[in-house]
Amino acid sequence: MTDTPKISLKGLHKQFGPKVVLDSVDLDVMPGESMVIIGGSGSGKSVTLKCILGLLHPESGSIKVDGEETVSLRGRDRKRLQRKFGMLFQGAALFDSLPVWENIAFGLLAERKVNRADAKEIAIENLRSVGLSPDVALLSPAELSGGMQKRVGLARAIANKPEIIFFDEPTTGLDPIMADVINELIIERVKEMGVTALTITHDMSSVRKIADKVAMIYHGNIIWTGPRSDIDNSGNPYVEQFIHGKAEGPIQMEVLKA
Amino acid sequence: MNFLAVIGRVVFSFLQAAGRLGIFASTAVSHMFTPPFYFRSLLKQMMTIGYYSLPVVGLTSLFTGAALALNIFEGGSRFNAESALPSIVVIGIVRELGPVLCGLIVAGRVSASMAAELGTMRVTEQIDAMVTLSTDPFKYLIAPRIIATTLMMPFMLVVVADSVGVMGGYLIATGKLGFNSGNYMTLTMDFLEAMDVYASLTKAAVFGFFISLMGCYHGFYSRGGAQGVGVSTTNAVVSACMLILLTNYMVTEIFFAS
Repeated sequence: MTDTPKISLKGLHKQFGPKVVLDSVDLDVMPGESMVIIGGSGSGKSVTLKCILGLLHPESGSIKVDGEETVSLRGRDRKRLQRKFGMLFQGAALFDSLPVWENIAFGLLAERKVNRADAKEIAIENLRSVGLSPDVALLSPAELSGGMQKRVGLARAIANKPEIIFFDEPTTGLDPIMADVINELIIERVKEMGVTALTITHDMSSVRKIADKVAMIYHGNIIWTGPRSDIDNSGNPYVEQFIHGKAEGPIQMEVLKA
Repeated sequence: MNFLAVIGRVVFSFLQAAGRLGIFASTAVSHMFTPPFYFRSLLKQMMTIGYYSLPVVGLTSLFTGAALALNIFEGGSRFNAESALPSIVVIGIVRELGPVLCGLIVAGRVSASMAAELGTMRVTEQIDAMVTLSTDPFKYLIAPRIIATTLMMPFMLVVVADSVGVMGGYLIATGKLGFNSGNYMTLTMDFLEAMDVYASLTKAAVFGFFISLMGCYHGFYSRGGAQGVGVSTTNAVVSACMLILLTNYMVTEIFFAS
């Protein structure tokens, strides 16, 4: 393992109008590591992810990928960077106008690296790797259950062979068994491909399963980072409250303040 | 001085919207002329926008031409000018009613569906997903829609609207009002000038551009779930219709005011 972090955030700041969402986020993710960011709703988890992906532009701060500053990248350089990323969206975000296989092969087809016949083969291979049978390939995303959509979303995220995969609430909205199936798939795919993974979630069973390291975000700041084994004795009252899901503690929900 | 503050806010939000639309339009246009081009999407859009709009455009024009013939005959008979019927029908349809009615119908049909589709893609994160798959949504979603509408409006829909509209007048005039068929056609063709046709097609292309621009713009910037998509759809249709009527006057002024 090298010393350069795969992803390095320094003083990341983002606000929407007067509302500060990210205050100053510092985070390093090492190559091959599975980092999980935990935090309540509205704490800035998704915004952090979208800033790294370039979907949102931070007001200040630095985002380095493989040591390269990425905040100011545009056009061709941005596209080159984008190829390193794969993303599983919370609602899977499958293109409902396209059949499942074209969804999976979308990135490959868009870059014209392969013809349609080969792309279909690759898509079916990827479907198998997430435990779905080839006949799913011709269905439209609307015909799939939530769990299957997530798996197709995962297949799409890995089809381009990314170096970093982002998971946005991978188990939200699934039953506990399907959630575990998705967790298993994530571990399996991430380990097999040797990629770096950055997950945001508030599902603690998911954290305990897929994380190498855990970071807790609160009010737009990372307030605690440590290996998974340390989360039960972090000594941090915020982390304690969060992982045990208690209403009482230092984290006061907005509803209580009002 | 609350009243002044309101005026200020309205002016600012208008300027902001105008600026955003200007930037959107210029980005969209620049992406229409730079590779990569997605021909498959383009063909699909040309089919949906052009071919599938034919029945409704044809019916509208047929009945408009017919009603126009009845009106002119009745009105013209008050000062013995019934014989001007063929020339007024052809001028009325080709210069004005063909392109404008076709534009309004297509605005209702096409810009609503664009706004709803892109809006849903936005709120379900499909547009974000597209960016993470190294595909520019301006190239994949917006450029094909604008090119398809700007081409299909003049070269398919308005050509049909003009011909069928004149045909509607012809059918009523010869079938009901006692005009001689050959005579009617001669009068029509003699009176129609190339400039009328150019104006008709120019209007069609301009309307097509604004219909798709409004549909894409409002859809692309949809916010806030189902309600937001509903609002964008309404805004797309209303603004497209208003732009059609406004630019119709401007093009008419350019071509025929002397």
